[in-house]
Amino acid sequence: MRTIDVSEVRQAVAALLRQAAHRLPDDYIAAMQTAHSREQSPRGQQIIELLLENATYAQAQEIPTCQDTGMAILFVQVGQGVQFQGGDIGAALQAATRDAYTHLRKSVVADPLLRVNSGDNTPALIHWEIVPGTRLQITAMQKGFGAELMSRVQMFPPSVGVEGARQFVLETVEQAGPNACPPLIVGIGIGGSLDTVALAAKKALLRPIGRISSAPHIAALETDLLQAINRLGIGPQGMGGIVTALAVHIETLATHIAALPIAVNLNCSAPRRASVTL
Amino acid sequence: MHTPLSDATILTLRAGDQISLHGRIYTARDAAHQRLIKALYKPSSGQAHPEPYNVPLPLAGQVIYYMGPAPARPGAVIGPAGPTTSGRMDPYTLPLLERGVAGLIGKGVRSAEVKQALIRHRAVYFGAVGGAAALLARQIRSSRVIAYEDLGPEAIRELEVEGFPLFVINDCHGGDAYEAARDAYRRPEECNQS
Repeated sequence: MRTIDVSEVRQAVAALLRQAAHRLPDDYIAAMQTAHSREQSPRGQQIIELLLENATYAQAQEIPTCQDTGMAILFVQVGQGVQFQGGDIGAALQAATRDAYTHLRKSVVADPLLRVNSGDNTPALIHWEIVPGTRLQITAMQKGFGAELMSRVQMFPPSVGVEGARQFVLETVEQAGPNACPPLIVGIGIGGSLDTVALAAKKALLRPIGRISSAPHIAALETDLLQAINRLGIGPQGMGGIVTALAVHIETLATHIAALPIAVNLNCSAPRRASVTL
Repeated sequence: MHTPLSDATILTLRAGDQISLHGRIYTARDAAHQRLIKALYKPSSGQAHPEPYNVPLPLAGQVIYYMGPAPARPGAVIGPAGPTTSGRMDPYTLPLLERGVAGLIGKGVRSAEVKQALIRHRAVYFGAVGGAAALLARQIRSSRVIAYEDLGPEAIRELEVEGFPLFVINDCHGGDAYEAARDAYRRPEECNQS
């Protein structure tokens, strides 16, 4: 058994959220540099250069890379040997969000129909997982909603097969067009149920860019879809080009004999995520 | 190019052009648009107000930027300030174009109705680079909230911009930069699927 004080968690998560807002992941920067050398469209290249310059500038100035600092989404893996002391761990995570967002944009309305801003970007969305061990790992994602708004989930019958799944993904990216701020990272969930397929798609966005699936048939589908998406012509910011997506990541789940659920969660060209282990 | 935009200026703009904007522009996004449209119409009759329009910003020849900034650091003019998705403002855009708004700045595609209205009312839709918010903020010289302060990041701000980098997406001649760009780089599906 290991004891962790929730005030320590609060401090670490607040710092993590600030870091994620100011600094885009190294794997994203590397992927954009590769994309720049591959892009054939001069306008597309110009936009990739601008986005890379923006990332460098924001990091140096310690300011957010994008004004939409998103909803805070926290993936929390709690070792089963961890015991929290000093208060409610859920409340500590919300307090950490409040702390971090004093300097980030408050983009959350407390009620989806009344639409009054919550004033401190709470609530953070928290996904809990109990894992073996005595560690606490927290991964923060700040999801901009330009790309979230263009994301889709569909409960297909099994008859649509892999070709149906493929068409659904291409349609989603085509419909999103420039709106979702390409170059995109395309997170896909296949299988599970209505709720878990969407979460699988979101978790696919946490994978370092370009790390392919360990299942050969899924890795092949990822490669095929990335090529197909990059033939759509949308390009960086929709200004034309062959880099519409940097990566396609697919997570699969066991599902029912009656269904083939598919979720496509798009991430924009400011994929903010960071992890801390306590 | 300076704001307010003249008809003569707008007529010269073509989809795909890159321009640099100077002068005053006004921010408004979802919630502010909803209030602006309510202010334009009398609740009972649905009739438009007579001039001057009952809205807290000038409209004729003006440019609206779909943007809600992140908080400014102490001493900074404004926080990161990139465009939001314009399509969400489509349902509110025609009444503003009808009253003389000449330029719109955002990102993403517009509805067919808005594109038609740009032609009819001689106006232009510009794209700013989404995600380049930190760099775009550097081109903003002043910022003040002029209405709807309670909306927080969605309040209406008057900005003074200098050298604000934009692309013409939809011009007043029916040109569409997104469509042209996509058509130029689109490649057909390879026919090697088994």
